Amino acid sequence: MQKIGVFVCWCGSNIAATVDVKAVAEALKSEAGVVFSTDYQYMCSENGQAMIRQAIREHGLTGIVVCSCSPRMHEATFRKTAVSAGLNPYMVEIANIREQCSWIHKDMAEGTEKAIVLARAAVAKLHKNAPLTAGTSPVTKRALVIGGGIAGIQTALDVADAGFEVDIVEKAPTIGGRMAQLDKTFPTLDCSACILTPKMVEAAQHEKINIISYAELDSLSGFVGNFTATIRKKARYIDEDKCTGCGVCTEKCPSRKGLDDFNMKLNKRGAVYIPFAQAIPNVAVIDPEQCLKLRTGKCGLCQKVCSAKAVNFEQKDELIERQYGAIVVATGFKPIDASAFNEYAYNDSPDVVTSLEFERIMNAAGPTKGQLVRPSDREHPHEIVFIQCVGSRCTEDAEKGKPYCSKICCMYTAKHAMLVREKYPDVNVHVFYIDARTPGKNFDEFYRRAVEQYGVDYIKGMVGKVSVEGKKLHVQGSDLLNGEQVHINADMVVLATAIEPDPTARALGTMLTASMDTNDFFTEAHPKLRPVESPTAGVFLSGVAQGPKDIPETVAQAGAAAAKVIGLLCKNELTCNACVAHANEAACNGCSQCERVCPYGAISYEEREIRSPEFRGVRRIAVVNEAVCQGCGACTVTCPSAAMDLKGFTNSQIMSEVDAICR
Amino acid sequence: MSLTNQVTAADILRISGVDASRCMQCGKCSGACPNYDEMDIPPHRFAIMVRQGRITELMESQAIYRCLSCFACSQRCPRNVEPAKLIEAVRLTVIRQKGQNHMKADSIPEKLDEKLPQQAIVSAMRKYSK
Amino acid sequence: MSMNREWTPNIVAFCCNWCSYAGADLAGSGRMNYPANVKIIRIPCSCRLNPMFILRAFQRGADGVILCGCHPGDCHYSTGNYYARRRMTVLFSLLDYMGIERGRTRVEWVSAAEGAKFAATMNDFVKTVTELGENKKLGDLRCKK
Repeated sequence: MQKIGVFVCWCGSNIAATVDVKAVAEALKSEAGVVFSTDYQYMCSENGQAMIRQAIREHGLTGIVVCSCSPRMHEATFRKTAVSAGLNPYMVEIANIREQCSWIHKDMAEGTEKAIVLARAAVAKLHKNAPLTAGTSPVTKRALVIGGGIAGIQTALDVADAGFEVDIVEKAPTIGGRMAQLDKTFPTLDCSACILTPKMVEAAQHEKINIISYAELDSLSGFVGNFTATIRKKARYIDEDKCTGCGVCTEKCPSRKGLDDFNMKLNKRGAVYIPFAQAIPNVAVIDPEQCLKLRTGKCGLCQKVCSAKAVNFEQKDELIERQYGAIVVATGFKPIDASAFNEYAYNDSPDVVTSLEFERIMNAAGPTKGQLVRPSDREHPHEIVFIQCVGSRCTEDAEKGKPYCSKICCMYTAKHAMLVREKYPDVNVHVFYIDARTPGKNFDEFYRRAVEQYGVDYIKGMVGKVSVEGKKLHVQGSDLLNGEQVHINADMVVLATAIEPDPTARALGTMLTASMDTNDFFTEAHPKLRPVESPTAGVFLSGVAQGPKDIPETVAQAGAAAAKVIGLLCKNELTCNACVAHANEAACNGCSQCERVCPYGAISYEEREIRSPEFRGVRRIAVVNEAVCQGCGACTVTCPSAAMDLKGFTNSQIMSEVDAICR
Repeated sequence: MSLTNQVTAADILRISGVDASRCMQCGKCSGACPNYDEMDIPPHRFAIMVRQGRITELMESQAIYRCLSCFACSQRCPRNVEPAKLIEAVRLTVIRQKGQNHMKADSIPEKLDEKLPQQAIVSAMRKYSK
Repeated sequence: MSMNREWTPNIVAFCCNWCSYAGADLAGSGRMNYPANVKIIRIPCSCRLNPMFILRAFQRGADGVILCGCHPGDCHYSTGNYYARRRMTVLFSLLDYMGIERGRTRVEWVSAAEGAKFAATMNDFVKTVTELGENKKLGDLRCKK
């Protein structure tokens, strides 16, 4: 039997004005188990707390009920008070008689009666309370960043600067990501490579950063502070330590059929290649699909010309196993496949390109050396049509496209239009748009410059059809402001295709048990207040993996994610939530229902030997990882055998409250 | 021969199964319309007028007879609004009223010419009369 | 205690800790009145609500039970309120089948910022339950004082 003390707070007149606090304290004296009951003006004051401590010691209380303000306000205070008097902090219950009683009721009798009921419910619950101890778990002081684009690089740099080891796992042969493919960046028009490559170099030279390129996460286990990752480093058939990046092999390779991914497949490359001049690591890689030696056994020319003896056709995938305390998802995006949008003749004409393809065409290091020419005949175009919202803002039930706004297209289209007009004033540029969305610092000014200073022809309305007519592209669209259908004979059409999460994200989300939305963007722990954390503890989000964003926003989020990672890694051990689920092994039948509803992947199963009067033998039992469980209780209700219960909010505790209220 | 004033946006929704309020006025339908120049109310305006409940005006328009029912607008719409179905629904509400057949059997002979496929007359009868 | 007073319903409100309990607190700090016969039980998440708790409340003489949770998509535990919604749908159709008036149970989404909505919801719910009268069908007479 518990020995319970009840402490009724006046909160000055906040409670005492509508609740007869003395009557409450008096009424509670007759409750079973209550050995002490009193009232005081301010329980949370030092004097009030001293009174509680003294009562705990003098009456040997096993638990206390404080009738006061909301537990959201002072539960932590009174728990500390209890601890300082030698009680377990979870032997404290709060009856909320201010926010949920005195402040909303005007009648004294009514308020007092309700306060007594609330206090009784708290006492009833406390009878079923048990001392709880929050577990601790150690923290591995190393972070894993998945994705080596600007998001991953920035997060890695920030975490490494704080003194922690960081591994960047990048699936491509080089870090740099999408930003490396861009020509200029809005709204300042500074060259993308000029601001990105120094960061790539800094990451490569940082003593705390280890770049694992051409690699992907193979499997993951563990939980916050204690992840174990297996990383598959794909065979690149080049010894990374020996290769000097001289590029002789790439010139000599006789295979010229591979499509250059870095240049959005606009040109061909050899089977052995270095993605781009500033690649990091600056090491060649062999494409096994194209390599004659690997496919037919005949050739090996690269091996002969390599003075560093770096070519190794025997290389195999390598598995690396490492421990991490935190994981950052920075998997980025890709443009959607424009071939679904054949109303724009994307499949019919090479002169219909996506914006990222156009970015490469405009880039001085791109397939045309920065010369604006039509891909079909390498002729200079005179009439270019840009179409925005290609695949963005479609409804969920539409045949194709994404329901969200891709956010960056309005700005990069304005940038492209402006760059074209600046370099080639003879080219007419038309932009079909639904809305020009420019909410960002200096964004609207930038877009207006495109219209006013560079004379870009913005047409409000969409294009309904593009058809190939000889060497020209016939563009038929709406001019909604004039209420007309417009027809333009264009030389090139550029599609501002929607962006979508990288295709590897879905499998990664499953591996990390990090939740995703229906579009495969990772969801944040709270959309406003915890935007860089995944609901899964220890997993953080950086960049477009979480939702469409531009470079400044990505860098800001990358830094924020790094701050969260540092906050985690600088702890030696983590205090777990004490109110966690727990399976009663005598009742659990290992049915897996609880595992399916757990949003954190906190439940696993183990074969355990049971020795109970009803059953002897080995049985599959649910085991809750207390470091991962966040205590929502979804599993407790789903459990068909009522084996799962939530500490601090047990079935019997809640039932007792119900009973006390309905008494 | 007067049109009843009773038809509401809800009726059009019921007949067509299309929720015009989903339209974001991007104009892709009108950009795709092959008969745009003949349409006194182009598809994107048709959608917004249904949303505004201006059904009577639509019923009195020529667009409901000039729409080719090619469904290019429906096919292109990024939000599944399907303007062609809206036009069809308004046309039906007109034709279903008494004496509102847009094409009558006795008007066929004067329309006949040797280049006109018979199929066109059959489907026009189906489309324009009760 | 209430023998000589006019009958008023006894209402149990289950509120999730993160949104609705905070919403109730906000109703309090905004001094927004609602009847005193609403008593709140704090649970971590709406998905912690076992349908058994509702049946128990009715058995013990509650006249109405309401569950308040975060708005869909806003759950602190990301998916808890979806589970709650499904479970309550099933429970309510069971209660329906048993002939328990639909108005005695309710699920309402109240965010931490919606103090006014919390108060309005409670006022409305109490009104509905008052009109339905005493819960006689599910109450266990042995539990009556």
